[in-house]
Amino acid sequence: MKRLTRDQMAARVARDISEGAYVNLGIGLPTMVANHLPRDREVFLHSENGLLGMGPAPAPGEEDEDLINAGKQPVTLLTGGAYFHHADSFAMMRGGHLDICVLGAFQVSVSGDLANWHTGAPDAIPAVGGAMDLALGARDVYVMMEHQTKSGESKVVAQCTYPLTAIGCVSRIYTDLAVLDVTPGGLSVREILSDISFEELQQLTGVPLLRAA
Amino acid sequence: MINKTFATLDEAVADVPDGATVMIGGFGNAGMPSELIDALIAQGARELTIVNNNAGNGDTGLAALLKAKRVRKIICSFPRQTDSHVFDALYRAGEIELELTPQGNLAERIRAAGAGIGGFFTPTGYGTLLAEGKETRLIDGRHYVLEAPIHADFALIKALRGDRWGNLVYRKTARNFGPIMAMAAKCAIAQVSEIVELGELDPEAIVTPGIFVQRVVKQENK
Repeated sequence: MKRLTRDQMAARVARDISEGAYVNLGIGLPTMVANHLPRDREVFLHSENGLLGMGPAPAPGEEDEDLINAGKQPVTLLTGGAYFHHADSFAMMRGGHLDICVLGAFQVSVSGDLANWHTGAPDAIPAVGGAMDLALGARDVYVMMEHQTKSGESKVVAQCTYPLTAIGCVSRIYTDLAVLDVTPGGLSVREILSDISFEELQQLTGVPLLRAA
Repeated sequence: MINKTFATLDEAVADVPDGATVMIGGFGNAGMPSELIDALIAQGARELTIVNNNAGNGDTGLAALLKAKRVRKIICSFPRQTDSHVFDALYRAGEIELELTPQGNLAERIRAAGAGIGGFFTPTGYGTLLAEGKETRLIDGRHYVLEAPIHADFALIKALRGDRWGNLVYRKTARNFGPIMAMAAKCAIAQVSEIVELGELDPEAIVTPGIFVQRVVKQENK
């Protein structure tokens, strides 16, 4: 069975981000999406620590400790970009001004509940950062994750067993096997990205899937 | 003549009492007022409640304040990081209290305090562990959680330039929490790279107007 690499997943998400979109890419896998946006497509990348118009990583030696992204990595600002304070930055998210947030996840439920901030392990030190804000931070919230855990369990679930980040917030799921839309009737298979059939995909998924209309 | 500039960092933090709530700007190391924090460590105030996005990185700045056992409680969004070993050890030993709040709620709670708002309903966190026990309300079909403002006695922030009236401009993403923390504290102390003459900052481009700032000090003046 073919599975998309992380770079291929990022390229697949990038295909669905259109010119002019205001987009926040979460820490980790979603950050890779930026590498696959065509240079001639103007997309506004937002970073919650206070910039719009985020550019790629600086050349070695050009790093500026005052210019970082939400993952605290050095970045650059595109011509036309802007800086702002934290309350404005989260108003852009909470206020529905962003078009797309792309987030990683431990689990997504059939109704679009998201778990991505805390494993719930009793000895874990909890840290939420902007996860709960990002989950509600755009008109469309896309999740990027492997279809299954390393031990082969579906990460698409009937109900999240990890602590929730937000309820019913996810609009689309990109995995290494498929693109799934969260619809009122359930998860609809938008595209299969592997060489498997609908039935085989269904067998690997923890909840009933719908064929796209 | 109004002059909010202080000659030294030590003088700027001299009156921070034990038990004070102190906001500290910065997101990671960007915008962290490390020189003011070092002055606060030297000053010796204890039992502090600290408000910051993180809980210290490495062994300097906020981490050093924690390491010196001056902090009773921290209100933050993202304590656990690869280099948060000072906080991690204190937390596991039960020597520091943690109030975890989503980052946008943290920012808005700070802003609300500075803007005289008594509380606000936010969708962030609804239905999660971090909203347990909090009042909720259904508004136009959407669920919201009531969050309280965070007031502070002092704010320590870092800006690029300031003048004797307290007007400030920042540098790139080092701005982050600075402007709202200045609003939320009774006494906002800004360390700056440069103190400029009145009028040198373009009034159209001043980010924090001086009404929100009580003290300005050059960051290399120990």
